[in-house]
Amino acid sequence: MFTFTGSWYLVLAAAIFAIGAVGLIVRRNPLVMFMCVELMLNAVNLTFVTFSRMLNDVGGQAVVFFVMVVAAAEVVVGLAIIVAIMRRREGANADDISLMRG
Amino acid sequence: MDQVWLIPAFPVAGFLLLVLAGRRLGDPKAGWLATLAVAGSFAASVALFLSLRSQPAESRQITETLWTWIPADSFQVSFGFLFDELSAVMCLFITGVGALIHLYAIGYMRDDPEFPRFFTYLNLFIASMLLLVLGDNLILTFLGWEGVGACSYLLISFWFTDPANASAGKKAFVTNRIGDFGFMLGTFLVFVTFGTIDYLKIGEAAPGVAAATATAIALLFFLAATGKSAQLPLFVWLPDAMAGPTPVSALIHAATMVTSGVFLLTRLSPILEHAGWANDLIAWVGAITALLAAGAALAQNDIKKVLAYSTVSQLGFMFIAIGSQNYVGALFHMITHAFFKALLFLGAGAVIYSMAHEQDMRRYGNLRKYLPVTFVTMGIGWLAISGIPPFAGFWSKDEILAGSFNVQPAGQLLWFVGLATAILTAFYMTRLMIMTFFGGVEQWRSDAPESLPEVPDDVETTDAHAHDDLAHDGHGHDDHGHDHHLTPEHTPREAPVLMMAPLVVLSVFAAFSGVLNLPFADKLHVLEQWVEPVISGEHELPAAGVQWVLAIISIIGAATGVFFAYRVYQQRKVDAAKLERPVLANAWYIDATYADVVGGPGEAAFQGIADFDHDVVDAAVVGVGTGTGGLAKRLRPLQSGFVRSYAFGIGLGAVALVAFAVVRMSL
Repeated sequence: MFTFTGSWYLVLAAAIFAIGAVGLIVRRNPLVMFMCVELMLNAVNLTFVTFSRMLNDVGGQAVVFFVMVVAAAEVVVGLAIIVAIMRRREGANADDISLMRG
Repeated sequence: MDQVWLIPAFPVAGFLLLVLAGRRLGDPKAGWLATLAVAGSFAASVALFLSLRSQPAESRQITETLWTWIPADSFQVSFGFLFDELSAVMCLFITGVGALIHLYAIGYMRDDPEFPRFFTYLNLFIASMLLLVLGDNLILTFLGWEGVGACSYLLISFWFTDPANASAGKKAFVTNRIGDFGFMLGTFLVFVTFGTIDYLKIGEAAPGVAAATATAIALLFFLAATGKSAQLPLFVWLPDAMAGPTPVSALIHAATMVTSGVFLLTRLSPILEHAGWANDLIAWVGAITALLAAGAALAQNDIKKVLAYSTVSQLGFMFIAIGSQNYVGALFHMITHAFFKALLFLGAGAVIYSMAHEQDMRRYGNLRKYLPVTFVTMGIGWLAISGIPPFAGFWSKDEILAGSFNVQPAGQLLWFVGLATAILTAFYMTRLMIMTFFGGVEQWRSDAPESLPEVPDDVETTDAHAHDDLAHDGHGHDDHGHDHHLTPEHTPREAPVLMMAPLVVLSVFAAFSGVLNLPFADKLHVLEQWVEPVISGEHELPAAGVQWVLAIISIIGAATGVFFAYRVYQQRKVDAAKLERPVLANAWYIDATYADVVGGPGEAAFQGIADFDHDVVDAAVVGVGTGTGGLAKRLRPLQSGFVRSYAFGIGLGAVALVAFAVVRMSL
């Protein structure tokens, strides 16, 4: 019988994290980049939960709640910034927003 | 009554009132207010003096601490007063002479457009001077010391619209700065040595001080004294200070401020007692200053210049006494000098006033006919300064000379230089009197100002640079916007009674203040017995018989000086021009040498320092700035503004960190 051991979940989390990381670097639409960041966060959450099960330590699950709360707050602020930028300029290209370059 | 603060409070109040309402009070009410303030201060001084005298000799000391001024750990400076025998004497003559000069100034400064401002400064000066003598520690004395310096500057350049007056004030200020530097270093050294700057505590700790330290302290404070009290090498500002109004010359540059160096050294006599060769240096600097200044005085044609050099010379006498550890002699001469020199200056002011602000004595002559009161009072001053008994100057000068005779080493030589100075003093003062009041010829009636031979006297009247570029008119600087000039038809009239009254009072003191310290019996040493508890140091007097001989020699010397001046200037047996050499008229070219040195190599050296500052110090600082800027310019492209490349960077960094951790763990 084929069983899903903890390593499967870890590999899945790593894959999701990689997708998020590559997406963040490759895509130019700020909204998509934002979603990629969320992917990475949730991949980390999955890792936490997996290790929590494997090590029989509830601490990992508790940390996940913190991450989710912080992510929610971050979404609020980040989306507000993105919306504000979108209103002021045409299109949606992260590379155009480079006023702070040296 | 122990309210010491009352003494300075009166002039401070007068100053504040005049600042606020001086213009509204105007001429002459502002002057009366200022005079009353100083008179009040005098009354307070007398009351406190009497209260001090009523106490037994051991406890004659009133200390009063108003508040702690600078509380800084072990360095505690109180704003406190020390009213002892020494400061009592100082307060009495400062406020007494000060009040008389204030009164005189009401008459002298009449119709001056800046009348209230003058009295504002004058009251501020008295307040600072009292702070100087009453302060119970060195820092408070320094506050007063700087205060009188600032007032001196303000009053010398009182008529500042004339550039010569303004630069004379500046010169006095800058020259005094050099001395102040010594005062500050001396104070630091005292604090480091004794851990306190309080006079009483210094006095207690002084006997244990090392001789080398005491010498260093004495030298530093003597440097301060040479500035304020116009001794070599810093005396050059005092003759120029005559640019100020004559009451200022009398009050600040003759009677009070210039004696503060003598006061300071007397105050520090517990340290000076252990100062070894510093005392000899003080005595000799005093002696040489006295002699050189007396020489310069006999070739001056400006009546105030004569008196200015005379003041430098008399201050030299006081330093001879300080150096001989004869502090009582110094104090005695300081007091009698305050009386007779203030008298002479005020008399000169009265003459100047009567002669349409002409200060050149070559245009006077025969004035005794027109100015009898001025003549008689100035005559008393003349006898006093010339050392003719029984007038005051004889007693004090003789005490200094007698005290110097037994100084080791070379006391006799010191005495001889003093005697020579005394002879010269009698000579130039007689010259002044004859040129002004006798001579038979009323010079201003014949001579037009242009026909007078011009002695090259511009060097000592202006500052280092001004002598090239300032037109100097050859007349005095006291000519302040009064358009009337001395014309051949001028008939001199006695100055108003307001100016004559102080002259009369001062002439009484100039005649009789010798009784303060008559030499004949111990019981007559009133001043000595009074100040003895606060003064350290012993000086050995010659035997009584020798003293008599010395006194007779100095009387003969004074008479000789008077006689020769009579031969030269009254009988005209000798050509005066042979005596009045340019080297004397220019005060031995000391001032000119300073001007040349400071203006030539000095200026080059200063320019070198400025260049060093610009090329090395500034360049280093600026270099750090431009270097940082250049580096930043190189690094700036890293900040591209592309979010995605930042994310890539963060990702690479994270991978590198993990790789580092993995490698570390696997090792």
